Formats: sequence, structure tokens, C-alpha cells
Amino acid sequence: MTRSAPPTARGRLIRSPRGLFSLVVLALLLSAALISLVWLPDDPNFSSAYRAWLPPSPEHWLGTDGSGRDLASRLIAGSRVTVLVVLGAAVVSGAIGLVLAVLAGLGPRWVREPLVILIDVLIAFPTLLLAIMLAAAYGSGIPVVVAAVGIGFGVAIGRVVRAELRQLAREDYVLAARAAGLSRWAVLRTHLLPGVAPVFTVQLSLSMGLAILAEAGLSYLGFGAPPSVPSWGRMLAETQAFISVHPAVVLWPGLAITLTVLAFTLLGDALREALDPRLGGERSAAGADAGSGATLGTATGLIAGLPGAPPDGPGVDR
Amino acid sequence: MTAPALTVSGLTVAIGGTTLLHDLSFALAPGERLGFIGGSGSGKTLTALAISGLLPEGAEVHGSIRLGDRELVGLGERELSRVRGDVIGMVFQEPKSALNPLRRLGRQMTESLALHYTLSRAQRREAALRLAAQVGLGDPERIVRAYPHEVSGGQRQRAAIAAAISASPGLLLADEPTTALDVTVQRGVLRLLRELTEGDECSLVFITHDLAVLAEIAERVLVFDRGRIVEQGPTMRIVRAPEHAVTRALIAAAAGPAVPGARPRSTVEDGARGSDAEVRDDCNA
Amino acid sequence: MSRFLLVRALTLALGLVVASAIIFAALRLLPGDVAQIIGGTQASPQQIEALRQQLGLDRPLLAQYLDWLFGAATGRLGDSVVTGTPIATEIAQKAQVTVPLTVYSLVIALLVAVPLGVLGAYRRHAPTSRLMSVLGVVAAAVPVVWAGLIGIVVFSTWLGWLPAQGFPRSGWESPLSAIRSLTLPALTIGLIEGAILFRFVKSATLGALGAEHLRTAMAQGRTRLQALIGHGLPGVGLSIVSMLGLQAAALLVGAVVVEQLFALPGLGRMLVSDVGNRDLIKVQSTLFVLTGVILILGALVDVLHRLMDPRLRVEEDQE
Repeated sequence: MTRSAPPTARGRLIRSPRGLFSLVVLALLLSAALISLVWLPDDPNFSSAYRAWLPPSPEHWLGTDGSGRDLASRLIAGSRVTVLVVLGAAVVSGAIGLVLAVLAGLGPRWVREPLVILIDVLIAFPTLLLAIMLAAAYGSGIPVVVAAVGIGFGVAIGRVVRAELRQLAREDYVLAARAAGLSRWAVLRTHLLPGVAPVFTVQLSLSMGLAILAEAGLSYLGFGAPPSVPSWGRMLAETQAFISVHPAVVLWPGLAITLTVLAFTLLGDALREALDPRLGGERSAAGADAGSGATLGTATGLIAGLPGAPPDGPGVDR
Repeated sequence: MTAPALTVSGLTVAIGGTTLLHDLSFALAPGERLGFIGGSGSGKTLTALAISGLLPEGAEVHGSIRLGDRELVGLGERELSRVRGDVIGMVFQEPKSALNPLRRLGRQMTESLALHYTLSRAQRREAALRLAAQVGLGDPERIVRAYPHEVSGGQRQRAAIAAAISASPGLLLADEPTTALDVTVQRGVLRLLRELTEGDECSLVFITHDLAVLAEIAERVLVFDRGRIVEQGPTMRIVRAPEHAVTRALIAAAAGPAVPGARPRSTVEDGARGSDAEVRDDCNA
Repeated sequence: MSRFLLVRALTLALGLVVASAIIFAALRLLPGDVAQIIGGTQASPQQIEALRQQLGLDRPLLAQYLDWLFGAATGRLGDSVVTGTPIATEIAQKAQVTVPLTVYSLVIALLVAVPLGVLGAYRRHAPTSRLMSVLGVVAAAVPVVWAGLIGIVVFSTWLGWLPAQGFPRSGWESPLSAIRSLTLPALTIGLIEGAILFRFVKSATLGALGAEHLRTAMAQGRTRLQALIGHGLPGVGLSIVSMLGLQAAALLVGAVVVEQLFALPGLGRMLVSDVGNRDLIKVQSTLFVLTGVILILGALVDVLHRLMDPRLRVEEDQE
């Protein structure tokens, strides 16, 4: 590292290949969703038996499905649901996570201890089951997906950020600030929240990726977007019956989901490195494997972010 | 094993394209106690690692390290592993992390012995008790059955020393073995190391940034700075009449800032300060 | 240890109560009439009233909750409104598919993740190891449904090795065909979960390789590989054990999607169709059983971890 000035976090993010890749993919996703509001190659819901299973052509870029709907249009329109779910999940889980972390980490004892137990129980409550529960009670739909994902990942974020907050609160400079007479709120605002911001951002990015997987699974099960709204998860479900005859059709929504989730995962990794000044540039080689704990969301069961025990010395100082 | 003489000549080590040790040459007589001193990053630890063949992967080593009549540079990992533990014993700075947290101390203390010689279970147990007594661990019966976290910092370091000397090596490399210890415990560990290396059986390389500690144990001193040996000589001469500016700075650091006429250069001061930061209290001791 | 067991058992019990309360509240404190929701819009007022009586919905909520909780504790969960069979019997029957599926996929995940993770860390600079890492990250981003669909296309449509869907009607009486039908589903979730576990194992092993006591082991006369096997891997194993509860839980829930995809008569598929049938009481019990199993697994793993890690055996009074 012989650069004249230390690069900023943003500079480091853009300079890392993973950061650049994820930012490009996410920019594409966002622009697809925005463009789809004003223009689409075709009506994504227009079906006609005369044009079922058309191969890709200049008219239908990716061909059509069994009902004759234009696949490219459905794919582009489907990005809206993805963006909606991602943003919704980010807002809900971020808010829940932050509030839980502050209350369970720094609140008075009678608030803290019950909350810690609640977090421990909720963390064992898989997001998918949470969503099924909400869908059973209130019916299916995107709000249910956002609520389930938001609560599920919010708890996970809360747990990780709480641990970080507790650790920071014991640091000498924070104690010094308290001793100097700063109020609790002032300490929180000036020292603690900026201190946990990197962890929080990374967790948020990871849970946004997992939210997409959750949406796909839930839409597939029929608990997500209604049939009239094109979504990637639903496209997977719709093509299932025909995969032995038209396997290519299943490719596109799956690719779209994988690419987007990958972008969020890599963004999380790149953010961790860019935001953590301690890492500097030296970790770039180890990048893909950096810090297991925070990256560990589980994609299949969608039990959100695992506690992140350090590799050696598991749970010793939990 | 018998006591070998160590002869290092033209030792150059580069890691990742950066040369970290420049053309080092020195010798160590059988039974001699040699001190390495320097700030952090001066290359003293790296030299010890080079001698024991524990340099990180991808390190390029040139020159010669002769232990007795055996050349160590260029040996494969398997051959080096036969030398380590048997002919060369090592003690590290932080006994808490240098010992395996999941193994009982008795087993760890006799690890080298069991690796290099064939021992029965009973012999190994007996050796553990003997070693524990030898390094001054009271209540050996309890200690050999304890896990590292169950004993004090000083006891841990004594156990680590026992582990290093279990196969009676001819050369003991001790890398800041007292730095992580409580001041009151430091002295005992120093005395133990001096006793163990009494006579011609075992030579000692003692690495530290603290000249005051070195004065107590080393007969001769090599002063390291930025990968080079800048001064060497008998300890008393170095302490009383340092020739190099780096040495003077180290003496000033050891004596505190009140010593007149010994203004440390900024680089050395940084180094010394960095090392100070590594000193940790160990309240367990 | 006994004190730890007692505390852990108490927190487990507390967890079960909290979980049951959350499930009960979510499914019963609805903005409408529960009997009406279960009965559907076609049901006549008389039928709704009968349903209300039958399910005890006219009693105070707290009494209903306590009845259900104690029933669950003793294995009596009532009858399904839709099929009329005892819910506990149905759950036990469906578990015969879901539990083997979960175990099967856990085995696959471990078989993939542990050797590759350790090797990937030991030879971290090798090109194959880097490739594995990239594949691991990509595999973890793949939606389960898609992976399953691709698996069906490749292994049953093209290669014809495995059945695309279904489970033998005779169940485990024909074990070979039962295992065959579970193989593709188990591979689907096992490989994806394995990719996630791989990253964990790799970074745990990297941590172990960097540990100072490994250097001590080498200084005592071991090669790097011997030191890793003798002194590093036990610690890595402990970390993996501490993760097993969550892993198993993830796979158990992953089964919900996969059972749907492969038309397997398991708990997940039952749950999804019960939601469709508005069999709320059964959904409530199934959800509780699943979360209960996850909480119990977590507690068991904690105890196991405690037994295996000497550092934890004595430290009775940590936070």
C-alpha cells in the first residue's frame, strides 16, 4: 500500500472487482424495474394460445411460455417485485434490527434480559415458517413476504449488532466519553451508532440477498405475489410442469435470481472490507472466505444470519 | 541430543518480494546464551523462525544455517520437522495462545518427546511429572491433568517451557517469553531459563525488546534494526558502551526518558513504543 | 455441568412457551372470526356455530391456549377439521419422510463441506481452492427451487437416473426406492446448504491454521499437515458441532420447499396444503412441532458442545 492518500470506503468499494460487479448488477436491476414502469417489450400478462412456447426471436427475446406470455417482459416486470421486496425487507429488518439491538444491548436490565430471550427464540423461528404462519392468518401477498422477511432478518441483524454494540460500549474511548459527561443518547449518536454502522450495513446487504431467495421460495409455494403480478419466484412455479419439454424456460428467472442474490452477497463482502479500516487492502486475496460468521445466512431454510461464532473458540464469550 | 553449535552465514529472507533479513551472519557456541534485541519489525523474531524453519509459506531463504554439522536451509518440511522439537525447542511470547486449549498440559508438555521417541503411556506420564517438577510447577499431579485455561499465566509459560525442553534440545529459541507475564512472574521464568541452559548441554537464543531483561540472561547480544545486525558484543559491553545509535535508543527506552544525551531516533522510538503496546498484564499470575 | 443442564432446560422450556404463544397469537388473534375463516364463506351459520363448539373457540382465549399447550406437551393435538384424523398421527406419519430427508441432506452437506473446506484452507493458494470458493459463493446464491428443477431436468429427464417426483406408496417398506426418491431432493438442499457450510468450514480451518498453538505443534516436530490434523481439526470440529443445530434446522425448513417441488408426502407439503385448506388448528400445531424440534435441537447441540469443549466445562458462571 504505497498510495499517497488512504482510499475512502467508497473508493475501496468501487476498486474491488466484487464491489464493482455487485454495484453494476444492482444498478441494472434497479433500472430494469424503473424502465418497466413506463416501457416493456410486450404486455407481461397478455396470453394467447396461438403463440405458446415460441422460441426466442427479435419479437420475443426469450420466447414465450405455455400461455403465450412474453418471457422477457415477464422477467423485466418481475424485477419490480424483487426491488419492492428487497427495499421493504431492508427498511423493516433494518428498523427492527437497530431498535432491538439498542434496547437489548444498552437498555435497562428489565428490558434487556427478556429481549435477549425473545431474540433467541425468534432466531430459531425460520423465516419461511414465519411467512407461512402469516400467510395462514392473513392471506398471501407481498406484504406478508416483506413482513416475514423483515422480522426474521431484523432479529438476526439485531442479534449481531447487539453483540457489536455491547463490545463497543466497553471500549475505553466510549467509557471516556461517558466519564466526560456525555449523555447516554449523545454517546450512542456520536460513538456507538457510527461504530456499528459497518456491521449493520454488511448485515443489511446480506439479508437483502436472502430476502430475494425467500421471495422466490414463498412465491413458488403460492404465498407470495398474486398470479396477476409477474415475479421471478412465480415464474419458476409456472414453468415447473413443463420443464421436461421446455427446460430452457426455467433458466431465465433462476439466473436472474441467482445473479441478484450473488450481487448482494458480494456487495456484503466488499462492504465489509471497504468499511473496515483495520482490514486495509491486505485481505483482498482471502476475500471470498473472509469472516464466515456474518456471511452465513442459510439459503435453504432461510434461518436468517447465524450468530457468527468466531472460528476458534466457539461461543466462549457469548 | 547433544549440544550443537549454530552457525548462520549470509542469511537473507524475502517474503512477498520484500527482503526482510539482509545477509545476517553470526555464530552460537555450545551452551552459550545469546540475546536478540531490537524494536518490532527489526527481524529478530523472523531470524528465529528461519532457524526453526517456521517461516510463512512462500518465504525465500538464501544463505546458510548450520546446526552442528547439518545444513538446515533447503531441507524439506519432513526433515525439518525431525529437527524441530528434538534438536531445537521453542518458547513463544503468549503461552495462552501458544498452548492448545483443548489438550491437557501433561500431554502437551511431552508432545515433542512422544513425537521423536517411542514412549509407553506410563513413560510419558512419568516424563510429564518429571518435566513439571523440573520447570518448577508445584503440584505436578494436578498440573499435568489441567487444561491451559485452568492454570495461571506464569504456570502456562512454565508448561510451555517444559514442552520446549522435553526432548532435551541442544538449542532453545525463546521469543519474548517474559513479555506477556506479570513483572513478579517474569523473574522466575528468567531464572528457570538460565538454569535450564546452564552448562554446555543447551544453548539459548533469547529474543526481547527489553535490554534490562536481556542483561539478566544473555552473555552476548545481537542488536537488530530493519533486518540487519547493527551491533554485537558481550552484554556488559553493549550496555555500558553502546556504539550504534539504535542500541543507545534501546538503552534509553529501557532506562526511561530521563537519561540525558540519549535521544532516540524517531524510527526506533516507534519500534520501541510498538513493542511496549504488546506488553499485556496477566492478572491470573 | 448439572447447573448448566438445568439452566439450559429452563431456557428451552421458556423458549417453547414463547414460541407457542407467538404462534397461537398469530393464528388466533385474527381480525375476524376464526371459525368463519376455517369454515370458509360457503359454510352456513349453523355449521360455523358447530365448528365453534367443536373446536372450543367459544371459550376464553387463555383457556384455549393452555388447553392446546398442555395437549401438545402430552402429545394430544386434537383432530384435523378437514380430514378428521388425529393431528399427532398425521404429523408422525409425515415426519417419516421429512426427518429422513433432513438427515440425508445433512449428511450430504457435511460430506461436501468438511473435506473441501479443510482442503480449501490448507491449500488456500491453489487455483482449485480458489475455484471452489467461487463455486461455493455462487451455489449459496441459487434458489432451492431452481436447483431442484435443474436437477430434475438433468438427472431424471436427460439421464433417467432418478425419479423426478413422488415417493413410493408403500413408503419405507421398499427402502431402496424410498431412498431413490429422496436422493434428488436431498442433493438439492444438501448441496446448497453444503456450499454455505463450506465457507464456514474453510474459514474455521483458516483460523485454526493461523492459531499460535499450531505453530507450537510445528515447533515440537510436526509438519504443517500433521499439526493441522492433530491440533487444528479438533477445534474446527467443535465449531462445526456448534453449528449443527442451525444447519439441521435450515435443512428441515428447506424441506418445506423441496417437498413441494418433488411431491413428497412430508410435513412441509402437508403444512402448505393445510394453509390452503385453512386448517388453522393443524397449521398451528405443525408450526409448533417444527419450531419445537428446532429449539430442542439447538439445546441438544449446546449440551453436546459443552461436553466436548474442556474450556466450557468449568466456566460455570459466565454471562
